Amino acid sequence: MARITMREAISKALWEEMERDPNVFILGEEVGVWGGSYAITKGFFDHFGEERVRDTPIAEAAIVGAAIGAALTGLRPVAELMTINFAFAAMDHIVNEAAKLHYMFNGQFVLPLVIRTVSGGGRQLGATHSQTPDAIFAHFPGLKVVSPGTPEDAKGLLKSAIRSQDPVLFIEHATLYQVRGEVPEGDYLTPIGKSKVQRPGRDVTIVTYSKMLEVSTRAAEQLAQEGIEAEIVDLRSLRPLDMSPVLASFKKTNRAVIVEEGWGSFGVGSEVAARIYEQAFDYVDAPIRRVAQKEVPLPYNRALEQSALPQVEDVIAAVKEVL
Amino acid sequence: MQKAEYLELYHQMVLIRLVEEKAAQLYQQDKIGGFLHLYIGQEAVSTGLISARQPQDRIITAYRDHGVAINCGISAKEVLAELLGKATGCSGGKGGSMHMADVEKNFWGGHAIVGAHLPIAAGLALGDTYQKKDAITVCMFGDGATNIGFFHEALNLSKVWKLPVLWVCENNQYGMGTAVERASAVSEIRQKALGYDMLNSRVDGMDLMAVRQAAQEAMAHVRSGQGPYLLEAITYRYRGHSMGDPERYRKADEVRRWQENDPIGIYRAYLTKKRLATKAELDRLDKQVGAEVLEATQFAEASPEPAPEALYEHIYADN
Repeated sequence: MARITMREAISKALWEEMERDPNVFILGEEVGVWGGSYAITKGFFDHFGEERVRDTPIAEAAIVGAAIGAALTGLRPVAELMTINFAFAAMDHIVNEAAKLHYMFNGQFVLPLVIRTVSGGGRQLGATHSQTPDAIFAHFPGLKVVSPGTPEDAKGLLKSAIRSQDPVLFIEHATLYQVRGEVPEGDYLTPIGKSKVQRPGRDVTIVTYSKMLEVSTRAAEQLAQEGIEAEIVDLRSLRPLDMSPVLASFKKTNRAVIVEEGWGSFGVGSEVAARIYEQAFDYVDAPIRRVAQKEVPLPYNRALEQSALPQVEDVIAAVKEVL
Repeated sequence: MQKAEYLELYHQMVLIRLVEEKAAQLYQQDKIGGFLHLYIGQEAVSTGLISARQPQDRIITAYRDHGVAINCGISAKEVLAELLGKATGCSGGKGGSMHMADVEKNFWGGHAIVGAHLPIAAGLALGDTYQKKDAITVCMFGDGATNIGFFHEALNLSKVWKLPVLWVCENNQYGMGTAVERASAVSEIRQKALGYDMLNSRVDGMDLMAVRQAAQEAMAHVRSGQGPYLLEAITYRYRGHSMGDPERYRKADEVRRWQENDPIGIYRAYLTKKRLATKAELDRLDKQVGAEVLEATQFAEASPEPAPEALYEHIYADN
């Protein structure tokens, strides 16, 4: 085990997969000469060359569309969208093409495609560059959506995504890149569509993923000082959504708080809560609570922005409400 | 070309026309659902173009795809079965009129979002280039598609990366009901290639031999590694945009004028003038195609519906 950053974990996964399989290549804005706008692909251009590390025009539909086409020829493209906010410019190709082609042509089209992108707010980038619209993408059958919260999962999930035969949207978080964690040495895969208990506990179930895993963990540590033991289930994949560990935990604690960074309306929390009510209604001891972003476009001002994002105190307050 | 090849192209054009006429009938009988966009009038474009491709070349088109499917070698049976939503259709009854494909025949669909398949075509060509294959991608689209951003992103990318794509605009004068000059800043679509420093030309899309020759020249350029090419074929659809089009945007006279230059008529005249076939031979072929379409229709109607389990098949490729 080595203690490395999320950035290093993602970069290593990409590097190792490119070394392993010559059909894996990268395309996107500033992935090559620049080294990646979040420095994930630093050094790749010099090592793998411009055929396999392809700088594109600023044209998201072309990036995702070309990645789909290349995948159809048997390659394994990893397309990078600089941020998830720009994915809207490629929405047609993600939703109407990538998520549909395999089904619509009765299995004839196979798209081993990864779209890496960066979600989340908290960096004073204003309303257009700070969204966490992950749940939107989880709406579509045919697409897989993963979003790791630890360096270990980031590396293992990205490798699984690259080796998957399906289109996978791989959502990173802009403020997690410096987070460190233990990562096993060598080649390993983390399965897509498997939730994981990241922290055991007996009193309440916190369901979360990505950046909010960090926030929820800090909340759980503070709660522990008061004798409240929260169990944290990290979804890791939004589609397919694995409810088993969530339901197992809930049947033990009978109380749940769901924490997501995006807006709560029609969100991850809504979906998870609905499934708990549908599948474990008899175990409900308190109304399930959702912690999510305030329903506003994110403002630039630091204090205003932070007040709109879910904080450790919000999680603690929600937990205390359900206890 | 040998005589048999000339006649095969005639066969394909007549087959497309009769399959489309049958489809219109089946639609009126409520046996075909959804939208139905007929290719009648445009047969020479696809037939000429695809006759010039090598087997390794990929074909991708928009939603007016039945004719292209037939030219790529999908049988009338599979086309009609797909229109009827049957399990024996080329997309298993899950695609329908706008989503036909057969990757074994290098036909990559059948795409129903206007212009969205153009970036995908660039990607197909990128894949072949990356794998050092001697293949080109032929991407067909209507004049209406040249006004959407996808077209411009794809043409730009194909030129920047020198991708082996032949872009083929089927200018049939209308994007749905809006005339080219009411929707496009230039009504000569090939001019749009100039903004990307891309070679281009224009051809009479009603003349099979002219299309074939233009396609051969354009494909030779693309295959030589010198980058993409835009070919504009001037053509016309006789029927409405889709079934149920009130056609308020054009006069019956205009349709009649174009029909005087019917692609099948032009090719018949060519074949008889060049003594490649007699009128009697061609009449006989017409009858054969009629019987073929009848048999294909019977096959499609007798074919089974997809099994209920098909609903959940092929959502993902991973087990």
